[in-house]
Amino acid sequence: MQLIPCPWCGPREEAEFRYGGQAHVAYPEDPSALSDEEWARYVFFRENPSGPFAERWSHSAGCRRWFNAVRDTRTHELLAVYRAGEPAPEVTA
Amino acid sequence: MTADLTSLLAAWTDRLAALAPALTAAERPFRTQLTVRTADPSALGETLGVGFPAVPCTFTSGAGAEVLWLGPDEFLVVAPEGVNEEVVRGALGSSRGSVVDTSAQRTAVDLEGPHVRDVLAHGCAVDLHPAAAPAGTCVQTLLARTGVILQVRDGDRVTLLVRSSFAGYLAAWLCDAATEYL
Repeated sequence: MQLIPCPWCGPREEAEFRYGGQAHVAYPEDPSALSDEEWARYVFFRENPSGPFAERWSHSAGCRRWFNAVRDTRTHELLAVYRAGEPAPEVTA
Repeated sequence: MTADLTSLLAAWTDRLAALAPALTAAERPFRTQLTVRTADPSALGETLGVGFPAVPCTFTSGAGAEVLWLGPDEFLVVAPEGVNEEVVRGALGSSRGSVVDTSAQRTAVDLEGPHVRDVLAHGCAVDLHPAAAPAGTCVQTLLARTGVILQVRDGDRVTLLVRSSFAGYLAAWLCDAATEYL
């Protein structure tokens, strides 16, 4: 089983984690000003890159904290993990 | 009229005891457990007489109490006699945080013996070798697919904190996993 390095608890088995989708999707500054199309784009549209992808993960069976990870979608290799609120690190696949 | 207290694993006492000497397993029921959320636990530490753990995945003990690290601002206080929710909440004062009595949420099982780590390795992926998990380690993980808090003490002693509704299942799993060491 793949090990995911939780920024608090260290490397743990993948089964202890939950996936949270794309990271760094900012909530709109003024949601009421958005058109239906813009709102739908915020709610439903996500990147789908072939390569490094910043994602949210939750260590749900451990410390239950959310954190971010950069994962290479081609190899499933985790290139970097960082705590919520920290900026995304520069990674090269 | 007061109802008699029956611990969650009362029905398992004999079967757990039968695992000796490979594994000494016994429930430690009815301990006061308080879930504390605060970013600055120093005042609470002074009241309880035990410092709060500053390092993730560790626990501290002293003055009859134990404080387990559950998250960067979350702790589980296993309180001694006479310390309850109100006492700890009073120590929190006006600072931001919460103290909730979660005593009924989990029960504790003490494990001791030469095969403690062997038995746990049947269902737990965390490295419990003394070099990787010295005394004072406190990990939240999955043991046989059940969420547990695992406290490593000195001398091959481990305490499992398990959710009430999973306690019977975990006791059954322990009995099964220890069979080959009997």
